[in-house]
Amino acid sequence: MSEPLIFTHSRPGRSAIGQYPEAVAADVPEHLRRRKRAALPEVSELQAVRHFTRLSQLNFSIDTHFYPLGSCTMKYNPRACNAFAMLPEFLGRHPYGPASAGQGFLECMYELQEMLKEVTGMKGVSLTPMAGAQGEFAGVAMIRAYHKARNDLARTEIIVPDAAHGTNPATATMCGCTVVEIPSLANGDIDVDALKQAVGPKTAGIMLTNPSTLGVFERRIKEVAQIVHEAGGLLYYDGANLNAILGKVRPGDMGFDVIHMNLHKTFSTPHGGGGPGSGAVGVGQRLLPFMPIPLVGKENGPGTESVFRWLDERDLPQSIGRLSAFMGNAGVLLRAYVYMRMLGRHGMHRVAEFAALNANYMLAKLKKAGFDAAYPERRASHEFIITLKRQARDLGVNAMDFAKRLLDYGFHAPTTYFPLLVPECLLIEPTETETKQDLDAFVDALVAVQAEAEQDAAKVKGAPYTLPVRRLDDVRAAKQLDLTYQP
Amino acid sequence: MSSIPSNLKFLDSHEWARLESDGTVTIGISDHAQNALGDLVFVEVPEVGKALTKGGAAAVVESVKAASDVYSPVSGEVIAANDALGSAPELVNTDPYGQGWLYKIKPANRGELEQLLTPSAYEKVLADEAH
Amino acid sequence: MPFIPHTEADVAEMLAAIGAGSIDALFDEIPAALRIQSLAGIPDALTEMQVGRLMQSRAQRDGRPLNFIGAGAYEHHIPAAVWAIVSRGEFYSAYTPYQAEASQGTLQLLYEYQTMMASLTGMQVSNASLYDGASALAEACLMAVRAHRKSKAARILVPAAVNPIYLEVARAIAEGQNLKFDIVPFAMGEGEPGKGTTRPSSLEQYRGQDITAVVVQQPNFFGLLEDVDAITDWAHSNNALAIAVVNPLSLSILKPPGEWGAKGVDIVVGDGQPLGVPMSSGGPYFGFMTTRMEHVRQMPGRIIGRTLDLDGKPGFTLTLQAREQHIRRSKATSNICTNQGLLVTAATIHMSLLGSAGLENVAAASQQQTRKLVEALTRIKGVKLAFSGPRFHEAVLQLDRNVAGVIEALAKRNVIGGFDLTPRYPELGNALLVCATEMRTDEDIAIYAAALVEALAEVKS
Repeated sequence: MSEPLIFTHSRPGRSAIGQYPEAVAADVPEHLRRRKRAALPEVSELQAVRHFTRLSQLNFSIDTHFYPLGSCTMKYNPRACNAFAMLPEFLGRHPYGPASAGQGFLECMYELQEMLKEVTGMKGVSLTPMAGAQGEFAGVAMIRAYHKARNDLARTEIIVPDAAHGTNPATATMCGCTVVEIPSLANGDIDVDALKQAVGPKTAGIMLTNPSTLGVFERRIKEVAQIVHEAGGLLYYDGANLNAILGKVRPGDMGFDVIHMNLHKTFSTPHGGGGPGSGAVGVGQRLLPFMPIPLVGKENGPGTESVFRWLDERDLPQSIGRLSAFMGNAGVLLRAYVYMRMLGRHGMHRVAEFAALNANYMLAKLKKAGFDAAYPERRASHEFIITLKRQARDLGVNAMDFAKRLLDYGFHAPTTYFPLLVPECLLIEPTETETKQDLDAFVDALVAVQAEAEQDAAKVKGAPYTLPVRRLDDVRAAKQLDLTYQP
Repeated sequence: MSSIPSNLKFLDSHEWARLESDGTVTIGISDHAQNALGDLVFVEVPEVGKALTKGGAAAVVESVKAASDVYSPVSGEVIAANDALGSAPELVNTDPYGQGWLYKIKPANRGELEQLLTPSAYEKVLADEAH
Repeated sequence: MPFIPHTEADVAEMLAAIGAGSIDALFDEIPAALRIQSLAGIPDALTEMQVGRLMQSRAQRDGRPLNFIGAGAYEHHIPAAVWAIVSRGEFYSAYTPYQAEASQGTLQLLYEYQTMMASLTGMQVSNASLYDGASALAEACLMAVRAHRKSKAARILVPAAVNPIYLEVARAIAEGQNLKFDIVPFAMGEGEPGKGTTRPSSLEQYRGQDITAVVVQQPNFFGLLEDVDAITDWAHSNNALAIAVVNPLSLSILKPPGEWGAKGVDIVVGDGQPLGVPMSSGGPYFGFMTTRMEHVRQMPGRIIGRTLDLDGKPGFTLTLQAREQHIRRSKATSNICTNQGLLVTAATIHMSLLGSAGLENVAAASQQQTRKLVEALTRIKGVKLAFSGPRFHEAVLQLDRNVAGVIEALAKRNVIGGFDLTPRYPELGNALLVCATEMRTDEDIAIYAAALVEALAEVKS
């Protein structure tokens, strides 16, 4: 079950270039001409198709496996979203084409902005950030711009809970801020007393996820918002866990000033083996002038028609600027738009309901089967954490070993070792699109691995056995860097 | 865990310092630190001639799990760096107090050495952390 | 309700196992005051059939006009096999390859991509993608500041002939970390050699100053070929790093940045869209970055390495992750997490189908069609070629009347005429950037010429 590198299939002259335009001489001055061809393969179309098809068959994916990766929201990617986003007219449109020739596309974008405002309770939405991390960057940059505009130049500190996703502190640094970490309590909420100590005249804002990365709802969120606002700071919401509260709570109502959404999580655009994503941002009143451009605006046209146009630096002179050469990941945005139209008003509510049902059901079954929940007295949000600290200590079998053995049982492992606060953790997020039967099968698999760990620890520690490769030596990968094929 | 040599002083961030007979100070990371990091894949040592301040970032040690800053226990000028770590970063794992040294410094202020933790004080730090 | 498979029986059993009376009870930790009852602003659900009709009608409203814009996004033929394979669920719905053993398909593909990209750009190592060309330039500038130990100024020289929107993005992303950008003007004099390009002599005013990096784009935003050897050598002679921004398709016929000047550049970035990614109204595309091996630890983004498994069999895995956000957190090289994996998949398949020879043919044919376009349009009264130097597949035309008006008039005739340079380059007057790729046939060009004659007549001078 393996496939050689495509370069080994290559033979000189094999490419089907008869398919391509007739060869004409390139008109390039001698000293700028390429002399030696790049090491691209020369293969027939069938060889290429066979090679990449076989590669695809080496992957786990949502379409083939249950994929309960916590914090990633691996729900089904509806094929209709792909089909309608890839209509030839949308695919063939140049992003700099005149708005008059793109009203269909712009109308979809405008309606997406409006729907995202409604589900988040925010006053403005920009679709341009191309991933969650870029959305975070936009959010923190807007907070800085807000304080600078009010000449409040001392505000350079961003408060981040210790349970935060790594992109949060990384983003704060990218915006020229310093990070102040505050602890979480044993029950999963943030330490409000520590927060009161941490805020002050240097506080630019706080970055929070709610439900938090620990899988639980931040119950004192209104109080947290009040403390930060009173100290003069703003609240940033990391929307990675929006799937847990869609249609139930709105970040705008919780007091957040800016939020980013991960459309490739909550709104089911494809994960693509590592992107593309989309990190649309929503803002409250205070931050409206600073939104990244371009946005889509609507005006009255002749008669009863609406006319859609791009809003740019002329409309938002205080904007933090452009984050992309064009307007964000348009194709991803179209997929999210189709998904939201198919869910409709009632569908939105049901997403969080069934995500919570699935997560709480799995948590209950795993607790009953003897696994240790990190926060056993709390409700699961749309995800929850199991800690294998006891198994690591008593059996010498850790979370990584469990994860690798689960692969042999035909399940993609949950997220491991995140959040960093909980030792030997598995962060499990089933999403709403999985059946009870699939959840039961996963629980059974975990129970089976536990039994194996008790009877034959070495077996679990040597997993996986049934995949294209056994466990890989990542120390060697980092020490003896082999990053390109050298024939 | 190997026993801690008695002629070393420590920071609670797990760096050690050894005063040599010629007045220079050799610096590295403790056995506890190398064990926590796992197999090192890369070490970034400071440039010879660089001026370091006590507590300032001096070097980076990288494993597959983490890339950690190494803070200088004393201020002064870097007079030597362990170039052997370029091809053999694992020396820090196998011999953290000997061949796994990171750099040598000409201390600006001998008094700073007195402020560092003794081996037994450092052992207490480790015992407290273990909770 | 699509996509939720639970039956009433399932729900009852699950609630019983949880010990909750209703699904609503699962939200009892959320303060009642925060709960919403209705999302009144969201329309009712549409069936797949209904949303299909809606999207068809919106798409038809936009239609398929003839496209002659380049300016960073290019219309090339994409073989049908590319997206047939990219759309396979095993690629489409896979996640970031954190469990390497379950992701060997994606990881091996990315390793093949890294190999092709490094070779195409003449450099030693590539990452597995960034968001797009513009943000890749921002990341390259930040990387140059990290990698250049001796420079303290964090000052980057950027020619005015570099894509101005890329510069806007670089400012938006990098100024928060105190990077400063100095603009180097392009030659404008009538009859001046190299008009429209960046003369190395215009760098001389910076000689002896602390410059961290010099950026050069090839071809530049106007489609012209820059004197990349001289500019690269100037950067190195002034102790600065050289950053190249390139069109990857053009590298099939142009000398790659790894061979510019005496030593080659230090970092290469650009947008991979011309390689198998449709224009799709602006994205998703992907940014690429390649560099020298000595800078590999400063390079942001994911990197795939080949290693061995427990049985000694070769396999692929994410490596050098300690630099990335999920480990290094506030000291990470960048905050990038999700990147543009699906588009890299398309590009790798596209490059494999065409090979170097195929890409050369496409590049040369595009250059030829642009030449024909320029000949046809400059025969029209009121249309002049602005810059006559060597170019790739774009050209700047000067019109004797308002460009925005002409573009609208052309759009009414189903021709997307080009990119209006006037707002960002007022010194060029009424200037239009046009592009014809291999997809624009001689008939298409004739249609454009006829439409332009009418459009000029319609727009007041």
